[in-house]
Amino acid sequence: MSLIEAQNVDFGHGGQRVLQGVSLALNAGEIVTIVGPNGSGKSTLLRVMIGALKPQKGKVTRQDGLRIGYVPQKLHIDPTLPITVDRFLNLPHRVDPTAAKQALATAGVAGVGNRQMSQLSGGQFQRVLLARAILPKPHVLMLDEATQGLDQPGSAAFYRQIDAVRRDLGCAVLMVSHELHVVMSASDRVICLNGHICCEGTPEVVSAAPAYRELFGTGTGGALALYRHDHDHGHDHDHDGHHHHKAAE
Amino acid sequence: MLDDFLVRAALAGVGTAIAAGLLGCFVVWRRMAYFGDATAHAAVLGVALALLFGTSITLGVGAVALLMAVLIHGLSGQGAAVDTMLGVLAHGALALGLVAVTLIPGQRIDLDAYLFGDVLSVTRTDLAVIWGGGAVVVATLWWHWSAMLTATLSSDLAYAAGINPRREQLVLTLLLAAVVAVAIKVVGALLITALLIIPAAAARNYASTPERMALLSMAIGALSAIAGLRLAVIFDTTVGPAIICVAASIFAVSAMGTALRRLRSA
Repeated sequence: MSLIEAQNVDFGHGGQRVLQGVSLALNAGEIVTIVGPNGSGKSTLLRVMIGALKPQKGKVTRQDGLRIGYVPQKLHIDPTLPITVDRFLNLPHRVDPTAAKQALATAGVAGVGNRQMSQLSGGQFQRVLLARAILPKPHVLMLDEATQGLDQPGSAAFYRQIDAVRRDLGCAVLMVSHELHVVMSASDRVICLNGHICCEGTPEVVSAAPAYRELFGTGTGGALALYRHDHDHGHDHDHDGHHHHKAAE
Repeated sequence: MLDDFLVRAALAGVGTAIAAGLLGCFVVWRRMAYFGDATAHAAVLGVALALLFGTSITLGVGAVALLMAVLIHGLSGQGAAVDTMLGVLAHGALALGLVAVTLIPGQRIDLDAYLFGDVLSVTRTDLAVIWGGGAVVVATLWWHWSAMLTATLSSDLAYAAGINPRREQLVLTLLLAAVVAVAIKVVGALLITALLIIPAAAARNYASTPERMALLSMAIGALSAIAGLRLAVIFDTTVGPAIICVAASIFAVSAMGTALRRLRSA
């Protein structure tokens, strides 16, 4: 059984349909990425999955006791609210100080525990959000455009961190992104969304699909090939082999 | 000891200031100041209704404030133009209350007591209501602290952690009504929001965590209450406004201190 599943979800507000008949199941340990143009309902779908939005039709089922680690697109902390990184990590539940330290290290921001959240740089802030999300050892990690505001090397490093976290915790990852070339290379499955699911499958399948090319043009296909060539540990054009390789680790 | 009206006044002021200082942090963090104003202004209508039906003032104020709070909570879920609606409701209720009070047959009513507070006439029963209501506010906030703080940071983070942020907001709104009912005797309907916001704002720059800010805010509120009462007795002025003046002065000093620190480090 999948960890979390959306079945035939419809969502709209103000008479405008945002999601229509979207079904999506997430299995243990897989990385699924949702891509799509602006306003295609990517964030809405994620917010439906965490339970922040109630679908008008269809339903979302979660496995009993499912723990979700959620990294929002952006988090605005009101300047009137003083809060240290350590205090933030202890919300809503108290955590072991050693575990908190460990989570910060895993997220790549060791030693910022005593800093005020407002003093962090954009990249550090996102990593602290990631640290907080992984603290309860979630079964599913959900990230909504988590690299917004990071430069290219920064976001590439961020995604490598997520992959490391995934291997550490064995959790599934569901993320939304617009950075096609980076994201697609790190995903097991890609879902191309535009109100409804246009196409889905392995990155290779999706990037070759006509529906995807219609939305994003053909240029990104080249970027994908380039990226894979550089970073796929020599497993060129061998996605299935790569997959098993990861699963066996 | 409780026979002395000054002691009763001091206890009433401190009790109110502690509850308001704590709840005020959430009012500041969540930008609910206008929310507080609307609930507090509606209290005048509650006074009029209580006098009309011969019930206790606290009951009338509590009931109307509660009604207003729930109404505002419902409206804020709709999203659109809440600001304007709040303005209409707040001042509509205030005006209606002011008119209603003057229409009540029989004795002339000292409206100032409800607009600016009348802490020197606090009875033992009032004290029990203030400290009882204050204890409920503090206990509820203590109980809900983590969930409310999470919901305040981000409603999505709350949902993901299995917390319903709408419910937390409703609890806050209800507590706001309770503080209004408790505080009207001390600082009056027009200055309740000040008692909520000013101590919290003064505490902001001297705290590194939400908890420290809350403690400091309560302390500043209590200090303002005692010093305000003392000054009012010395200079023979109204107590409620004097309390707010002290709180505002502490805020001014705190703001200057922060500016100085920033200058020195720059």
